[in-house]
Amino acid sequence: MSSPVIKVENLSKAYQLGKIGTGTISRDIERFWITKVMGKEDPFLKIGETNDRSVKGQSDIVWSLKDINFEINQGEAVGIIGKNGAGKSTLLKLLSRVTGPTTGEIKVKGRIASLLEVGTGFHPELTGKENIYLNGAILGMRKKEITRKLDEIIDFSGVERYIDTPVKRYSSGMYVRLAFAVAAHLESEILIVDEVLAVGDAEFQKKCLGKMGDISKGQGRTVLFVSHNMASVKNICSKGIVLENGQFAFSGHSDAAVDFYTSNKEINSFFKPLHQKTSPKNIKISDITILNRDFKKVERILSGETINIKIKIESSGLKKPIHFGIGIYNQDDVPQFHCSTESLLTPLLTDEAILTIPKWPLIEGNYYINAYLREGKETLDYAQEAIWLTCEKGDFYNTGVLPSWNKGFYCDYEWR
Amino acid sequence: MENDDQSHDWDLIIKGHTSLFDVKFKDLWHYRDLLVLFVKRDFVSFYKQTVLGPLWFFIQPIFTTLVFSLVFGKLAGISTDGLPKFLFYLSGITAWNYFADCLTKTSTVFRDNTNIFGKVYFPRLIMPLSIVVSNLVRFSVQMLLFIAVMIYFAINGAQFQPTYALVFFPFLIVLMAFLGLGIGLIITAITTKYKDLSFLVTFGVQLLMYATTVIYPLSAAPEAYKKYIQLNPMTGIIEAFRFAFLGKGEFTVWSIGYSVVFTLIMLFLGIIIFNKTEKNFVDTV
Repeated sequence: MSSPVIKVENLSKAYQLGKIGTGTISRDIERFWITKVMGKEDPFLKIGETNDRSVKGQSDIVWSLKDINFEINQGEAVGIIGKNGAGKSTLLKLLSRVTGPTTGEIKVKGRIASLLEVGTGFHPELTGKENIYLNGAILGMRKKEITRKLDEIIDFSGVERYIDTPVKRYSSGMYVRLAFAVAAHLESEILIVDEVLAVGDAEFQKKCLGKMGDISKGQGRTVLFVSHNMASVKNICSKGIVLENGQFAFSGHSDAAVDFYTSNKEINSFFKPLHQKTSPKNIKISDITILNRDFKKVERILSGETINIKIKIESSGLKKPIHFGIGIYNQDDVPQFHCSTESLLTPLLTDEAILTIPKWPLIEGNYYINAYLREGKETLDYAQEAIWLTCEKGDFYNTGVLPSWNKGFYCDYEWR
Repeated sequence: MENDDQSHDWDLIIKGHTSLFDVKFKDLWHYRDLLVLFVKRDFVSFYKQTVLGPLWFFIQPIFTTLVFSLVFGKLAGISTDGLPKFLFYLSGITAWNYFADCLTKTSTVFRDNTNIFGKVYFPRLIMPLSIVVSNLVRFSVQMLLFIAVMIYFAINGAQFQPTYALVFFPFLIVLMAFLGLGIGLIITAITTKYKDLSFLVTFGVQLLMYATTVIYPLSAAPEAYKKYIQLNPMTGIIEAFRFAFLGKGEFTVWSIGYSVVFTLIMLFLGIIIFNKTEKNFVDTV
């Protein structure tokens, strides 16, 4: 049996809200007097407030993490999942010793290397090679260790032609490649990775993910991975930990953890984007509705049904036709398919566009829509996770029979 | 549970509250290569970004000395203990600059490195230590200038005599570095919370220079103020420096002993306060 290499006990972290400034000296003295001289508990740390952003708390102190307990065994790849503000980043910061916990402790066996950002400490004036040394040393490598691995690092990064050029001349992609190459060659027993993989091109991302998989599977090293991308968590990690409002919510197999997270995720069957980015031209998606074949609003759809998606926009009068587009994603954030007027070469001059999908192809599950408006190459508006739709098992082939197995989608076909 | 924990020898325990004296010297030693690389980075980036490069190391002390010779020597007519004016001021400025640079640069360590400190752990003390060493490079270059000027004056028959105290020179450097470092560490730790203090540092250091025997010899200070000037730990160091190289200045066991004690207290306090602050400063900046 493998032994625990990380043990987290009653870990909590409190943050002070509001501005820190006026009155802090007097308060600090008061605090010092009460806690240190009189030996009482800190009155500014009120117990029992959770980190729920929508509810306004009583005190200025918020618990970003509260009483977290877990163990991680050697060689495990653990994904940490949760909504924004659930405490994932705080946990990583504590584990990587960037900041200290308020109470509780973390016990660690072996060296920890953390990658909260790629290329920390890169200096634009230094050459690629000099930066490899500097960055490696910041991450805890000894000079001779870096020298030993230098060729491997340069090879992995794929920028050998520019290795003696100052990194200020690098493209951002090259910069990231070089930085990740250094980090990937750390010789620590435990590797902590934040969503750094959100950068770089697809090919390189794949290479990084592969490397991370190798690290935990092949080399027996422990990996902690924080991500919003459920598919990569499922892909890389063997175990998952779900955090909710700074508290421990679930721990188990990574698939189970992702399921737990997605089933507890707020699924809005009305227009409520997670993020919306509107360009200064102020042409904006104001509503998206899911309609059935008779244009009646529905919350659930069936595979094989005809559905209509209506996109309403808000503008001060369109003068030229614009492009509409949506992307359908599954709950693991994996893109499924894409429908746009760009592919059909039919830009529309309307403030109410309707997309008809004659036969909904996807199997049962929850899906969300990212919608955008575009004029030429310029994105006018982008609404991420704009609306969710729930699809149930449907009679796709109109025969009452469904295939015994089918992954992802149904294909429309004919036999003669 | 007790047994279970003991059978496990953890390499690292991260806790909220640690002892004040928990300075991780072992970690510091492990990261020594990083210190060297930081020094190299500072040096390379400094001379790559400027046209005149390392020449700046000379320009600043030469011009300051010229101005001081004119203003304090010619116009105000302050005594230089019988030493050539240029040599007298240059010796004071060279030594003072090293101390002042160590202090001002370390006093902004947290503020200047928020980004990197917020992303990765390494013993934070590496940063101020690398600053002190970087400044040492600059100081050595300026010492070369000072020695060149000394030789020039010696050839031209100026009256001065280096003394046995030269053997203490390395010790004086360490003293200046540690004093600047200690005070700088205290200031940087406090400025993470009370930012106003950082405004005080630049002109505070400037004012402190006038309370040090940089532009006048201690022997020329009025009796009434002499004891206050001697309370300044840099006075003993600058006087010793001048005595070693030029043979003029008050160099006694008491004056230098006071500076040593003062420096050790500052360094000790500085390291402890810095160490205490580094754990959570990311939350307050």
